[in-house]
This record gives sequence, structure tokens and C-alpha cells, in this order.
Amino acid sequence: MNNEQFIVSLLVANHAGVLTRVSSLFSRRAFNIDSLTVGETENPELSRMTIVSWGDEYLKDQIVKQLQKLQDVKKVQLMEKEKTILRELLMIKIAIDKGQLPEVKEAVGTYRASIVDLSPEAITVEITGETPKLNAFVDYMRQYKIIEMTRTGPTAMGRGLYCLEND
Amino acid sequence: MLLTGAEIVTKELVAHGVDTVFGYPGGSVLNIYDELYKYSDKIRHYLTCHEQGACHAADGYARVTGRPGVVIATSGPGATNLVTGIANAYLDSTPLVAITGNVATSMLGRDSFQEVDITGVTMPITKHNYLVKDVSKLAETLREAFAIAQSGRPGPVLVDIPKDVQTAKTEYVESAPGGACPQDEICPEAVRRAVELISAAKRPYIYCGGGVIKADAAEELLAFADKIDAPVGLSIMGLTAVPYEHPRFLGMVGMHGRFGATKALYESDLVVAVGVRFSDRATGNKAEFMQGRRFLHIDIDAAEIGKNIGATDCILGDVKAALKKLCEALSPQSHPEWNAHIKFLKEHPDNGIHMDSARLTPQSAIEGVCRRHGDGVVATDVGQHQMWTTQFYQFKKPRTFVTSGGLGTMGFGMGAAIGSCIGKDFERTVLITSDGSFHMNLNELATAVSHRLPLVVILLNNQVLGMVRQWQTLFFGSRYSNTTPGRKTDYVRLAEAFGAKGLRATTNEEYEKALDEAFSTDGPVVIDCIIDRDERVLPMIPPGGSISDIILR
Repeated sequence: MNNEQFIVSLLVANHAGVLTRVSSLFSRRAFNIDSLTVGETENPELSRMTIVSWGDEYLKDQIVKQLQKLQDVKKVQLMEKEKTILRELLMIKIAIDKGQLPEVKEAVGTYRASIVDLSPEAITVEITGETPKLNAFVDYMRQYKIIEMTRTGPTAMGRGLYCLEND
Repeated sequence: MLLTGAEIVTKELVAHGVDTVFGYPGGSVLNIYDELYKYSDKIRHYLTCHEQGACHAADGYARVTGRPGVVIATSGPGATNLVTGIANAYLDSTPLVAITGNVATSMLGRDSFQEVDITGVTMPITKHNYLVKDVSKLAETLREAFAIAQSGRPGPVLVDIPKDVQTAKTEYVESAPGGACPQDEICPEAVRRAVELISAAKRPYIYCGGGVIKADAAEELLAFADKIDAPVGLSIMGLTAVPYEHPRFLGMVGMHGRFGATKALYESDLVVAVGVRFSDRATGNKAEFMQGRRFLHIDIDAAEIGKNIGATDCILGDVKAALKKLCEALSPQSHPEWNAHIKFLKEHPDNGIHMDSARLTPQSAIEGVCRRHGDGVVATDVGQHQMWTTQFYQFKKPRTFVTSGGLGTMGFGMGAAIGSCIGKDFERTVLITSDGSFHMNLNELATAVSHRLPLVVILLNNQVLGMVRQWQTLFFGSRYSNTTPGRKTDYVRLAEAFGAKGLRATTNEEYEKALDEAFSTDGPVVIDCIIDRDERVLPMIPPGGSISDIILR
């Protein structure tokens, strides 16, 4: 079976417990999950989730169908990669010696990241983009001392009128 | 009209046509029980000995009536005692509404006395569940709960109501009760493709599951079988959809299915699967099960299509409507050679149980009770006796077999038989059980006595945990680890201590006499039937095996 990564976008009811219902479905059915992001939409009654998962055609089919059975899930869509914008936010805090600041700044500029905090001991950088770009940035930063980092996992939206509508 | 939460619960139960509930009171449901007291002319509450029994009773009630079963329990241990019952209903797709009390909302999350996060606990085993924190949402929530329990593929829904929500008042507005949502029309294109598949088949076979019973589609199924001239094999949940005596009937498929039913499936070129989910107990080795044939899967639950078996094609929707559409669209098919071969397979001897002695055997016990009980309701527990019942009881009509198919819950039978008997307006009900299963929830015999239920308990007593012992014999070198309990329970005196009648039979003659007495007794009767500890359930296809691995004797 050919495993591939895929993105599932969901519209779900915006109330307590929905995140648990969705994530527990993944664990009890042994579905793979790489990341899950969730946030309110323009309609306060709905939240939107982006789940990055992987597996073969069988898992892909079952994930969509089993999600559709949850009462709180209003819409499930497998996002077509070519028509989808993916963005992830990463923040990374690096310990710097005085002399290192210019070269870090150069890397920040090259990656189109931005400095969000600077103290004598540490610099915090935020970067958004697709996962490979973020990975490359992290790899580059490994030459310095990474104090901590956090990333949100990708969130997705279709291009043009390719939308996730609640029907 | 200003009502309390507890008043809304009873109001909504009545609005949903509920006249029977099962349950057990406790601190967090006192207000609801106080309302039940006032409503005792409209809602009969059956008090069990344990919440698990109440939940199985509600499950049995739902299976025989086709209406949702309702069970009420208090917070904490009351709620957790429901868990096995809810899981059982979930696995067998029984419509069930479980109402639990909880501690007051201000006490939630503080490990208060008798507090359990029951919505968290039951999330994986319910279609949906609710924790109602606002009394103004309660009526609507209950309507939704009844709608979800009955819609599409039925299942259990739990509504957890904190104590302060039961006492809080709100403006109550009457509204239409929640019922089963209408299903989408059957897709004509899917029917057209199905007709093509069926018309191309030379050796069609129908595999029928519990979905046919739930959709009340037994008649349509037989019309379809006649139209395409195909035999019908059944899953455990599908049993009773086709009468035992019917020429199309092949019996149960799978691990302990009838030889003819499984063999014919393996020789077919098309399996039309109707309302069935291809349990591993039915399929065994999936690759071999699928090889050489096509599958047309008809089901109401889209997630079942392709879940366990890769179907060639499918029709999604209510199986009753789908079968009707198929019958309209199909021209009559004829497969005389195939059906002659089926007849030959069906007559193939498929088990090693002998009937030539005076000794009571599982087969003679089940056939004996079948002769008396006819088309009455039969409940079972889980194990060898359950499989023997699927093989030897000659079921005649749908909704007369109440068994734990998916979860395989030992201890299901007593509660389920009680609920079934009540659901059938106190008609005589038979429970076929064993010493192992009976011991799990025998306390509910007291419930059957309290309500003077005409229950006949056929207890196949082999002094061992027979099904596990059978596996130990076959696959674990006869190392009987913990399957010989060495109990000294005297079931006759036990029954009498509970206030029921107790009888014992070791020979066919004694058994017939005991049945005479049992079937002319008003209240519950337990017949302790002594059988040999090494009686096996045969045929057997070992787990993960195929028809070529079948053990016949």
C-alpha cells in the first residue's frame, strides 16, 4: 500500500468537547495524525480544523467517512494539494553571543522570518510558511543554541473559490 | 410553562412515546425519580439489581420492539455500571437513550462524591453524548438524543444531567419529538450498476445482517432472494431475517456458522451483502474470503463500505428501500444448477453432536425448547450455548433472537431477557444460558421474580467455561487455565432462594418433564441442564482461517 500525507479540513460545532471527539476518533480507530489545528471561523458557531494525516487509500477513505459520522462534524473535505495553501507558524528562541547577531539577522532576512523579541541573551524569531521551509530554517538554526521552539502545525485553505462550505 | 429539568425529562419521555424505562435510583437522579413517581401511570419504571442489568434490559426491549430503549442511572458508579451495556448496544446498533445524573455543575471536575466524567468515558461507545449544563437546552437535547439514537444506523446516546440542572426551572415549550431522520433516496445509478453486477452473476449469494432486521426488511429480502434465485447466509445479527425452514435459508456464516452457509459463500461468484459489516468472526481470512468473487454491499452506514471488505460496488441507504428498488429494476434470474448444488451443500452433515443417547445434549436441549416455544423470543448469553442456539434453534420471525453479537458480552442474557419479555407485553421468553454466563449477572433473576416475568432459563451446565475450554483443547494443548471454576452452586436451590422455580435435568426424559412444568408456570423458572463438559461447538473455522481449515468433527 502506498502511504502518503494528506490534509483534511473540517467544519465543526464550536463547543466544548469537539476537539476530544475528533482526536479520540483518531486514536481509537488507529488513524495516523501528524498535526491538528483548530480555531474559530467568521461564524462563531463553527470552528475549522486542519488535520494533517498520512496513510494509504483505505485509511484516507475511512478517516473521511468516520469523521462524517460524528454529530459535531458539519463538513469534511480532503484538500487537493495543488489547490491548497498551507501555512504553519513557528517560533524559535536562540541563545546568541554578541557577535552572532548580524549573521542571525541575515538568516532571518533570507528566510523572510521576523524577529519578535530580542534580549541581551536571546533572540526570538517567528516564521510562517509551508512545512519544508520551516524545517529548513530550523535545520539552519541548529548551528546556534536553540533554547526552545514551538510550531502550530499547518492550517489550510483552498485557492480561489475552492472553499470548505457548510451545506 | 415553567418546569424543572426533572419535569422536562419525564415530559419528553412521554412525548417520545416512552412508557417503559429501566434503571436504578441514586443521589444524583433523585429529582428525576421523584418525577417518575408522579408519572407512574404513564411511565413504568423497572428496577433492576444492577445498572448493567438495566442497560441490557433496555437493549433487549429495543431489539424486540424496534423502539429506543431507555435506561436511567445515577452519577459515578451508577453511570460506569452502564458502560458494558452501552458498548454492547453500540456494537449491535441498538437504539438506546441512557440518562445519567451527575453532581451539580459547581461540583464538576472536583472529584466530588460519586462524580465521574461519563461523557468522557462513553465517547467511544456512543453515537453521541451530552453533558447538559443549561436547563434551557435540556428539552432540545433530549429530542436530539432520541433522533440520533434512531436515525441512520441506530445506536446508543447518553445524556448526562447534573443535579442542579434537574432542579433549575426554565420556560418549557412543547415541540415535535425527535424521530428517525428521513434517509436520502436510493441513487438510481447505483441501482443500475447493481443490476448489472447481479445479472452477470452465475452463482449469486446473499449475505444478510442485522441491518435487515433493523430496517424491518425481511419480506423485501426474501422477495429479492426469489428474484435473483440466490440462497441466503446470515450473520449472527441477521439470524431470524429468513425462517429456518425456508428453502433459501442457509444459516449463519463464519467461525461457528453452518458448513453449507460458509461453503456456499466460498463457491459463489457474487456476494450481495445486505446490512452487514463483515465481522472478523464471519470472514476469517479476508484475502481468501474475498478471492474469486465480487461483493455488492448495501448498507445505511457509508463508513461500512470498504471498512472490512473491499466491495466491488455499493448501494448506500436504507436497505428496505434499496431492496425494493433492486427488485423493481431486476428481471427474474434463474440458477437451477447453482441452487441444486446449494441444496447438496446444505444437507452436508456439519457437526459431531450425536442425538442417539438418552443423555441430554446441547442440541436436544435447544431443539426441545424450540418445539415448545416456537416463534417466541429467545435471548442468550455468550459462549458455546449461544453458538448452539444459532445452529439449532429454528427461528421463524424477525426480532425473536436477542443476543450479544458484536461485543460478545457474557452476562447480557438475564437483563436482555427481562427487557425482551417486558417489550413483548409479558409473553413467555426463553433465556438460553450457561453456568459461566449466568453466574455473571444472575442477580437479575431477582428482578424477574419481582415482576413475575414468565421467563424460562435454560441453563446449559457443563461446569466449565466451555468456549474458552474448547479453544484451550484445540489451540493450547488442553492446558485448562482457569476454565474449571469448581463451583458448587446448586442452581435449583439458588432459583428457589430468589423466589423462582428451580428444576434439574440430566436426561432427555427429565428435560421434557421439566419443560412441561416450566411452560405451565407463571413466574421465572430455571432449568439446570447437565451436559458434558467436552461438548464442542462444531463446525469451527479457526480464527483467521478459511473454509479449507474447517473442523467438522
